[in-house]
Order: sequence, then C-alpha cells, then structure tokens
Amino acid sequence: MAEIIIAGIGQTAVGEHWDESLRTLAGQAIQAAIQDSGGLRPQALYVSNMLAPSLSRQTHLGTLLADCAGLRQDDPVLRTGIEAVTVEAGGASGGAALRQGYLAVASGMVDVALVAGVEKFTDVIGPEQEAALATVADADYESIHGLTLTAQAALIARRYMHENQVPADGLAGFPLTAHANGAGNKNAMYRKPVAMEAYQQAEPVCDPLNIYDIAPNADGAAAVILTRRELLPKDFPHPVVRLAASTIASDTFSLSERRDPLWFSAAQASVEKAFQVSGIPRKKVDLFEYYDAFAIFAALSLEAAGFAKRGKGWEMARDASIALTGSIPCATMGGLKARGNPGGATGIYQAVEATVQLRGQAGANQVPKARYALIQSLGGPASIAVTHLLEGLA
Amino acid sequence: MEIPRHWRLNQQRFGLIGEVCQHCQTKIFPPRDICPACGKEAKTSYAFSGRGEVFSFSTIYEPPSGFDETAPYTVALVKLVEGPMVTAQLTDLGESLPEIGMPVEMVTRRLREDGDERGMLIYGYKFRPVITA
Repeated sequence: MAEIIIAGIGQTAVGEHWDESLRTLAGQAIQAAIQDSGGLRPQALYVSNMLAPSLSRQTHLGTLLADCAGLRQDDPVLRTGIEAVTVEAGGASGGAALRQGYLAVASGMVDVALVAGVEKFTDVIGPEQEAALATVADADYESIHGLTLTAQAALIARRYMHENQVPADGLAGFPLTAHANGAGNKNAMYRKPVAMEAYQQAEPVCDPLNIYDIAPNADGAAAVILTRRELLPKDFPHPVVRLAASTIASDTFSLSERRDPLWFSAAQASVEKAFQVSGIPRKKVDLFEYYDAFAIFAALSLEAAGFAKRGKGWEMARDASIALTGSIPCATMGGLKARGNPGGATGIYQAVEATVQLRGQAGANQVPKARYALIQSLGGPASIAVTHLLEGLA
Repeated sequence: MEIPRHWRLNQQRFGLIGEVCQHCQTKIFPPRDICPACGKEAKTSYAFSGRGEVFSFSTIYEPPSGFDETAPYTVALVKLVEGPMVTAQLTDLGESLPEIGMPVEMVTRRLREDGDERGMLIYGYKFRPVITA
C-alpha cells in the first residue's frame, strides 16, 4: 500500500469575511497549500462544501475554483483546467473530500491531489441560514417540523443529561477547553478564554443548550496537497506526515430512526476501522480533533471512539482529560467551538491543524511529542462519520 | 411552491401511515418499503395509533425561515407505542411544561406557510398531552 503524504497545507482565518467571497477565500487557501508543498502541481481538485447552493446561489464549485485558482494541466499544448469536482456529505464534507483525494492518490490514477474546503456562511444570516442548515436533516420528516441542527443536538443533549445524571453545567468543559486552545491559534474565530461563570450564567438558546454549547458558523477555507511518498521532492521542507487511515461509515439518516439516539454508531465504526487498517492502536493516539459542532457531540464522539465509557464522555471535559496536558488532548487549535465551524471546510481544517501538530509547529498549543492524530468530521448527528488517522514520520 | 412534494406525503402527514414488515413484524415509520430491522421487503401499509411518549424535547427560539411566526415552538422525539420514533412539534401544552416520558397523542395542525399570504398552507401531525375523560 502506497504511503499517502499530506505534502502541503493552507488555511484562512475563520470568521465573518464580509469582503471575501467563496472563490477568494478558497483561492487563498489553495495558493497557501501549493506554496507550502514546495510548488507541487495538482492534477485533480476535490472541493468540499456543504451549503453554497443555498447560501451563495452557487453550485458547480469544482470547475469554478479550478478556473479561478488557475489550476491548469501540465501538458504544454492542452492547457485546460484540471479534473475538479465537489464532494458533499453535510458537515462531514471536508472529511469525505479528503477521502476522495486519498483514494485517487492511493489508486495511482492521480499523483498529486488538491483537496480544498470552503464555506461562505455570512452571505445570508438569520432564519435563511438556519433554513439552509436544516436541509442537512430529513426534509420530509424532520425539517418540515421546524427542526434545526441545533435542536437535533438539543434533543440528544436533554436525553443524555437525563439518562446520565449530568448537571446543568456538565458539558461546560468542552467549550472552555476549546476557547482556552483557540487563544493560541491565530486563525481561530475566538481567541479568548471563557470562564465557568459565563457558561453558568448564559441564557438557553435551544434548551438545554446555551450559546457556549453551539459552535459558531463562520466563513473559511482550508486546503491540503496529497501525494505519494516517493513523489516528494528531495528537498521537501517539512517533517513528513502521512494519512495512515481513511474511513467512512454511515448510520440512519434521521435522528428519530436511530435504534439508540445516544450512541454515534457511525463514529464508532469509522474509528474502529481506522485502528484496524492502520494497525495503530487507540492508546497510541496523541490528540483527537473531534467534531464539536455542539458540546454534546464532543461527549458522544469521545465515547464512540473508545476514549470514554458510554455516558461518561462529559466527565473527560469536567476532569480536564481533553486539555492540552490531559490524557487525550482534543480541539487542540480551538475545535469548531473556538476556531469556528466553517461547514464543509471543517474536515480540511482538522487535517491542516493535525498536520501542524505532527510537524511540531503548533507553538503554544503544541502537544508534546505528538506522533499520531485522530481527526473526525460528522454529517448530521453522526449520520455519517469520516475518520482519518495521521502519523508523523520522523 | 412545492405542491407535489407535500401532496404525496398526505397519508403520512394526516394518517401517520407507515408500514409493517411481514417477515419480522417490525412497524416502520416513515415507510421505505424495506424493513430497517431485517432488510427484507416491507410494503404492507400500517396505520399507527398516534399514541406515544416524549423521548426528548427542546424549544426553538431562532427558527428557520417559514417558521418565524410559530416561534418559539417545542419540538420532540416522540416514541410511538408501536415502536418507531418520530420528530414532531408538541402543541396544546398550555401552561404545562413538557417532560421526558409524558404521554402524548397525534393531532393535525398547520406546520408552516409556504411563502406569502398566497402561498400553500402545509398541515401535518403534531402531538399534544393526552386528553382523558
């Protein structure tokens, strides 16, 4: 099996980019990734995006971005644009596109793949943005009843807290950890720590969730360049990071149809398979970039990944086990909560951040001697889960 | 306007019509002609009683477009007595607060308005606390 290397990384800051568009954000991340790789020329582009058709009235992003970013074939005669398509899997779009890039390069059909995630949330705000997000849920049997993604998470959280006797501020450790880590990430949307008192005094937004339990949807773009190890230039300027596993699993589409709404089966399946195919055991994982679009998702992801027992994931946040100095550091660059939730770009941000950690370039947020990083993006309430396991090669 | 999309769901929206698997007797909602339990064909219609209990609930203050006039409203996962769970709004709560385990029954209510005053009114099931004699 070929070794698939993350040869280049690029990202924009996450936030409200009123003066930037889908194409300019993506373009910045793409140029940064190509430059970071030492100038590798991609032969294929996989764009991850979740809501551009609703938010920006724009489909067909593959060709749009290949064109705008000037991605042309090497052939001196046929200087046409490169192969380019969009991959969509709800909030897991980034992870899903990364897997498409992985498959293309691993197959040998593509030597250098560019995977670029972009989301432009702030082209619409308020009810229209909520309605766009709700299209990720079941239009006929969930969204028609006014259900939002936030409400979906609230339904899970209420039942989880009920069954496991979680106190009202029991999930606070997730956003508090995220914000503490966001302070050290110059690309994070929020760079200030949050105090426990602020969490405890926050008004419910979608009870039992308050504003701190919900990651902010924001604009951003991130990109990675993938290639096979033997194709890396001799003077490659970075410590080498490889994708040791790339896995996807899906579950029931609707939350209501889960046999067990408090268990992320797809997340568990994709993580177990990642450990199995890579031969890397759970206990070797140095950091976990989970999908904390909502604090309750972080708790359930820790349980599904086997870091906590069922119903006990929230205790890892309470006990600081997920802090940079804890047993399994999570959201090390702020996670979705503090870095921001850039929709379909999220999975690419996770790959970029994990690569930064494994290269040893995370500065104040560096997990000491980090060698293995687990990253996971979810679509819906883990209706789909995409997991990648990254390894830093000495 | 999305008339056919809603019209073809009339049976589900007004009658809570699902399916029953003739192989393993699993009751299925929403219908999908394949049993989610055993994976075999399941095309026999089945009318649910509309009774169940609240599995979980939340109140939405920041609604998506189309629900602006209804907000705040309470959505729930309702566990039907026949087995399946459905997502629906709770209604007719009056002064009472919903709680996990509360018995509820199906009623037909307006779900949303499609567009302006000339748009389609979409009706369907909601659940209210069980009314007893």
